[in-house]
Amino acid sequence: MLGRVANTIYWMNRYLERAENYARFMDVNFNLSLELPSNKEQQWKPLVAITGDWPLYEQLHNEVEKQKVIYFMAFEEQNPNSIYNCIINARENARAIRPEITKEVWEQINALYYLVKADSVKKGHDDKDLRQFFNAIKNGCQLLYGMYDATMSRNDGWNFGKLGQLIERADKTSRVLDVKYHLLLGSVKLVGSSLDLIQWAALLKSVSAYDMYRKKYGKLKSSSIAEFLILDTEFPRSILTCLMRSEQCIARLSGNSFGYRNTAQKRLGALRSQLEYTDIDNIIETGMHEYLDDIQLKLNDISTAIYEAFFSIEPHVK
Amino acid sequence: MAKLNLSTYDTKGFYDEMFDENNMVRPNYKLFLDRLQKMSVSKLNALQHSTDRAQLSLGMTFNVYNDNQGVERILHLDIIPRIIQNKEWQYLEKGLQQRIKALNLFIQDIYNDQKVLKDKIIPKEMIFSSVSYLKELEGFKPPKDVWCHITGSDLIKGGDGQYYVLEDNLRCPSGVSYMLENREILKRTFPELFEKLDVKPVYNYTHILRDTLESLTDVEQPTVVVLTPGTYNSAYFEHSYLAQQMGAELVEGRDLIVKDDFVYMITTNGLQRVDVIYRRVDDDFIDPEVFNKHSLLGTPGLFRAYLKGNVVLVNAPGTGVVDDKAVYAYIPRIIKYYLGEDMILPNVKTYICDEAPDRKYVIENIHNLVVKQTDASGGYGMLIGPKSTKKEQEEFIAKIKKNPRNYIAQPMINLSRVPTITDETIEGRHVDLRPYALFGDDIKIIPGALTRVALEKGSIVVNSSQGGGSKDTWVLNS
Repeated sequence: MLGRVANTIYWMNRYLERAENYARFMDVNFNLSLELPSNKEQQWKPLVAITGDWPLYEQLHNEVEKQKVIYFMAFEEQNPNSIYNCIINARENARAIRPEITKEVWEQINALYYLVKADSVKKGHDDKDLRQFFNAIKNGCQLLYGMYDATMSRNDGWNFGKLGQLIERADKTSRVLDVKYHLLLGSVKLVGSSLDLIQWAALLKSVSAYDMYRKKYGKLKSSSIAEFLILDTEFPRSILTCLMRSEQCIARLSGNSFGYRNTAQKRLGALRSQLEYTDIDNIIETGMHEYLDDIQLKLNDISTAIYEAFFSIEPHVK
Repeated sequence: MAKLNLSTYDTKGFYDEMFDENNMVRPNYKLFLDRLQKMSVSKLNALQHSTDRAQLSLGMTFNVYNDNQGVERILHLDIIPRIIQNKEWQYLEKGLQQRIKALNLFIQDIYNDQKVLKDKIIPKEMIFSSVSYLKELEGFKPPKDVWCHITGSDLIKGGDGQYYVLEDNLRCPSGVSYMLENREILKRTFPELFEKLDVKPVYNYTHILRDTLESLTDVEQPTVVVLTPGTYNSAYFEHSYLAQQMGAELVEGRDLIVKDDFVYMITTNGLQRVDVIYRRVDDDFIDPEVFNKHSLLGTPGLFRAYLKGNVVLVNAPGTGVVDDKAVYAYIPRIIKYYLGEDMILPNVKTYICDEAPDRKYVIENIHNLVVKQTDASGGYGMLIGPKSTKKEQEEFIAKIKKNPRNYIAQPMINLSRVPTITDETIEGRHVDLRPYALFGDDIKIIPGALTRVALEKGSIVVNSSQGGGSKDTWVLNS
């Protein structure tokens, strides 16, 4: 497969995963804000913090306000990571590699494109429209994942796409947990209160983990929640599961099942075994923030190594 | 529900493809008209509207040159098809096969023995002054001696009901993806008519294309690629569509590299050799080492690899010399010279401004003529005499006097019309016809075409970049 094409598929999937995550984050936060005492700063600033785009937000706005945060994350054309831009970029990438994907996948990406094109020009969203929009993005992306899995051969293209999706997903789960964990543990006086429970539930819901968590642990408990989102090997959005599945993709792409053939594979394997051979008490001892921050840095290194190993190969005749 | 009112349909002065001069329906349209008359206006509009949406969801969009970036448009597809009877089609087929055969011999000759020039059938200055003539190709013969593998000639039908060839388009003819996708859409719009009318299928175009490309190399299981200028090109949809339909890799110039005069593509597993390139990049831009030095679209060394026979380029470089509108005027003589036959499908009468008597005639009659720049296409660089102002005519006369080689003129042809949907009803709109020919082991004409339609009332400019739309073209088995 062409290096340029592989890179384009990788990013197409990262953008889609990002858009879907943002839509979910906002939808959950929106829902939560309806039942909490109104404190805009505390409710909406963490959302921007999760994305890592707080500096840009500060440049564009001088106050934190629900409508502004939503606009910034969903529609802002100046925010390269807004849902709008993620979908536009995903579709532009899909267009560039159209022969690599199926008609089903292409038409669905195109449908998402027309969805954001139509909605972003509409001024003044009311709340009902917004929730519908988030839902349409979530459903649209999930439909796409299904089509991707149901219609594409498990070839290099599929593996590069999955790799992009899983790295992005691991990154987003770690970021949500990082920001929310501290915020929630910080407000000690509320521990165990109904407000506290709603907040922890919302954290789980924002990564679609609530139902599966309840099934496994029953009770909402901060350390169990962290354990579930970082170390679970069955839940598809936990960081460790994402890493394990990424490793399978990269092994297929590198053509080996043991050891490593390139830096990307080496780094990914190292991070996976780091998580595999630790437990949640170790992590809490190290410091949750420090631990998650380290994971995010390592994910960035892995992404760079993937680029160097596959997408920007020095031409040499085989 | 209001039905279509056809009593006001006006055919006066033009050849209408659906109705004859007495307003009687022509036999090829009889069944279609029956269907149309059973339909309400609102149903017809709804069907039309659903094709627009289908095109958007298929991503059949293009960017217009000189337009705001990021604006994507669809090529409007009018759902009333152009229907052609089998007998008429057989005539077109024969005419095109004859023409393409002769033109291919002509190109081979001018880059090799140049007999046609020595025998003074066509002035040699005419060839050597053409911007599309590539001196670098002298003495070169492409695989199987085929130069123009893919042709999309523009035909028109005049007021006399006779077809004429207007242009040959031997470089990178585009639009075939619209022929194929228009058909898919219309099959959903009028499923029952396809059965009843016995319309010839076009779906095998991409299969024949792949076979044609593979037939040009001796490599077993060759690597075939489509070379595109990229996603910003107005025909990008077609490039990606054809690559995907053929199962070929879609590459840009930067994905290719030339080593030891072989062409490779840069893959995630290293370099992979490329055998056949269906290139949708113009000659000028394919190799900055030989042609346009500033081209970022090309691959350095590509032309060298081509001359050594290590890669096949389709169409061959250098075919553009036939697209020169001054060379066009000589095609009847070219056919006679190589095949000893009279031309089956006629040319439009053409005045060559480089020849004094013709030039004089053109300047005196410019208000009745269509003047064209010989190296332009896409409806640009053109004056439509009867629709121009005195000032525009003066400007063109000055241009002709300054550089006569650059201009030809033709009488105004009243393009035939096909009924086309307007808001309330249907009205005749002018059309042309672009069938597609593939030349590998033999010359195959695909039984269908892109019919381009000038959507604006009275307009005869059918180009997509200037307000043209398209129609599906049905060739009947009977």
